[in-house]
Amino acid sequence: MRTALLIAGKDFKQRLRDKTLLMYALLLPLGLAFVFNLVFGGVDEQSATRIGLLDADRGTAASRFTDGVLRPVEASGAIDLRTVQSREEGEKLVEDGDLTALFVIPQGFTAAVESGAETAIVIVGDEGSPTGTSVARAIATSYTSQVTTVRLAVALAGGGDPQAVQQAVASSEAVAVERVGTSDKQLDWGTYMAAGMAVFFLFFTVQFGASGMLEERENGTMARLLAAPVSRTAVLAGKLLLSVFVGAVSMALLMAAMALLFDAQWGDPVGLALVVLTGVVAATALMASVAAFARGHEAASNRQAVLAIVLGALGGAFFPVAQLGGLMSQISKISPHYWFLQSLADLSGGASVGDVLPGVAVLAAFAAVAGGVAVYGWRREAGA
Amino acid sequence: MPGTEDAVLRCEGLRKSFGASVAVDGLGFHIGEGETYGLLGPNGAGKTTSISMISGVLARDGGEVLIDGEPLTGGSVRLKSKIGYVPQDLAVYPDLTGRENLRFFARLYGLNRRDAARRVDEVLEVVGLSDRAKDLAKNYSGGMQRRLNVALGLLHRPRLLILDEPTAGVDPQSRNSILDSVAQLAAQGMAILYTTHYMEEAERLCDRVGIIDQGRLRAEGTQRELVALVGEQDHVTLTGDGDLEALSARLAELDEVTGAGVTDGRIEVFTHDARALLPRLLHVAEAEGTTVRSVQVVEPDLEAVFLHLTGKALRD
Repeated sequence: MRTALLIAGKDFKQRLRDKTLLMYALLLPLGLAFVFNLVFGGVDEQSATRIGLLDADRGTAASRFTDGVLRPVEASGAIDLRTVQSREEGEKLVEDGDLTALFVIPQGFTAAVESGAETAIVIVGDEGSPTGTSVARAIATSYTSQVTTVRLAVALAGGGDPQAVQQAVASSEAVAVERVGTSDKQLDWGTYMAAGMAVFFLFFTVQFGASGMLEERENGTMARLLAAPVSRTAVLAGKLLLSVFVGAVSMALLMAAMALLFDAQWGDPVGLALVVLTGVVAATALMASVAAFARGHEAASNRQAVLAIVLGALGGAFFPVAQLGGLMSQISKISPHYWFLQSLADLSGGASVGDVLPGVAVLAAFAAVAGGVAVYGWRREAGA
Repeated sequence: MPGTEDAVLRCEGLRKSFGASVAVDGLGFHIGEGETYGLLGPNGAGKTTSISMISGVLARDGGEVLIDGEPLTGGSVRLKSKIGYVPQDLAVYPDLTGRENLRFFARLYGLNRRDAARRVDEVLEVVGLSDRAKDLAKNYSGGMQRRLNVALGLLHRPRLLILDEPTAGVDPQSRNSILDSVAQLAAQGMAILYTTHYMEEAERLCDRVGIIDQGRLRAEGTQRELVALVGEQDHVTLTGDGDLEALSARLAELDEVTGAGVTDGRIEVFTHDARALLPRLLHVAEAEGTTVRSVQVVEPDLEAVFLHLTGKALRD
């Protein structure tokens, strides 16, 4: 460990003199975050999702949804709600782009809910505005899942008595609205772009450590290190240790700067530390896995840059790709950037440490797999 | 010659291949305390591969390396602290100062902060870089970088110092400084393994020389032993006024002379030891009434031995 720390310390001194590290770790992400915040900072306030409502039921369950869920969301400024008189009128407004989505509560909805029969809130979405449709779907899903949960609970306790169901549904309204505010919360645009830049440049920040093995080899200093009472593993550990340290410090400074400058809310600090640390380790491992199979430092840097850009784009570092829906939202999940940003969004929305553990676990899995590949690559290279 | 039992370094049957190409094939030699051993060979002879295996940088396919009788293995981290290694290519960190480079490696070799600081100052003095210790290595001249390269191998007072062509491409002043340092270290009892392209360096520094070609040790010994091994003789050329034919015939009768003749107005004399013959030769010339105008002695050198053994010049 002493040897690894000595090597990490030496590398750190070199990197500080190099100035490139400072550029990738702080200046570029912070500068771009500042620009994006200027550009997108007011987007959320200016463009609330315009949602139409057709209540063909007008029953108790329907009004619980409209008054108990939609109106509070509207009051929060997240949506503009407009009541329509017919489905045709609503669909026309969606088609013309005046509405981004339309809720249709069918006739008999309340009766179906109370009797336990199948029913559905229909959402008519605008193909050109998948984000708005996603918001509408999220609102409706949170409400219907609450109703289903309560119904099951009542069925077990009271034999499915309709009155009990009605009371239970009524009592669950506040919870339904609250869920809209947490699990499906996105960071505001300015903060999202800032966080995206932070995680995007994190991959460039940590690449130094991993490709440092190749630099040592090209500089001729690797032979000198290996002739010293030092194992190859200790050299690699020193390099990776520096990556993780610099990555974590850089992210911490960026998060703090964004909170101060852009009023970003990061949520639970323990959860944030966990997400950042696993994110940094995953990024380090991925960059190391690329470097381990490259012939030289320059080749490694090029490949690392390609991987960082592709994963960043897929994972939503430049744009929330997952909100496009469909295949893209699934593809987005192959990138650690997605899990990192999603976990940050959850924390920002008030999620607890436990809520972000799945995201943390996926990041840890990225780290484990990529780390294994890197170790295999370095061992293979050492034996050559 | 030191016995192999007391050798600081003993190599036996070293082997290394890269694919189908055999780089080192059964190399073996030893170096005693205070001895400087030169490993000579043309490019691609296997010198650097051998040195890399001996210093523990490169895994070997076969054979054994013993440092003070202890076998060097992949896990011999402690044993490696007995070895100082100066690689052929510059191996310094250009964006660290000379002092920072030295301090880093001193700490890596296990010296504590105080000892490291003291030792760094000593070594800077030895290689003449004290006044430039605070400058970044990238701002050093090529010769100064070479001296720093050597200094890094000396920090921990190794039992065995391995120098792989340490003077390649340096100015004469730095070269002399490096050679003086090496001679000084050997005098202090350090065992030194030295490879070079420069024959005069080997002749000046090395107690014994091993000639390596195509991964094999072709011959080894002192310079005299190697010369004797290949039957090379000293060559004396004499010019003067008088009966050169008569003098040549008279010289040919001497026991120490193996051959003499007149060519282009010069007497060519061959002997096994020109330095011993020279006073007598001049005496005979005087006795024969010849006024000697010039005498040139050419002793067979390692270059000739090398050429004889390998069929190519050392710098091929």
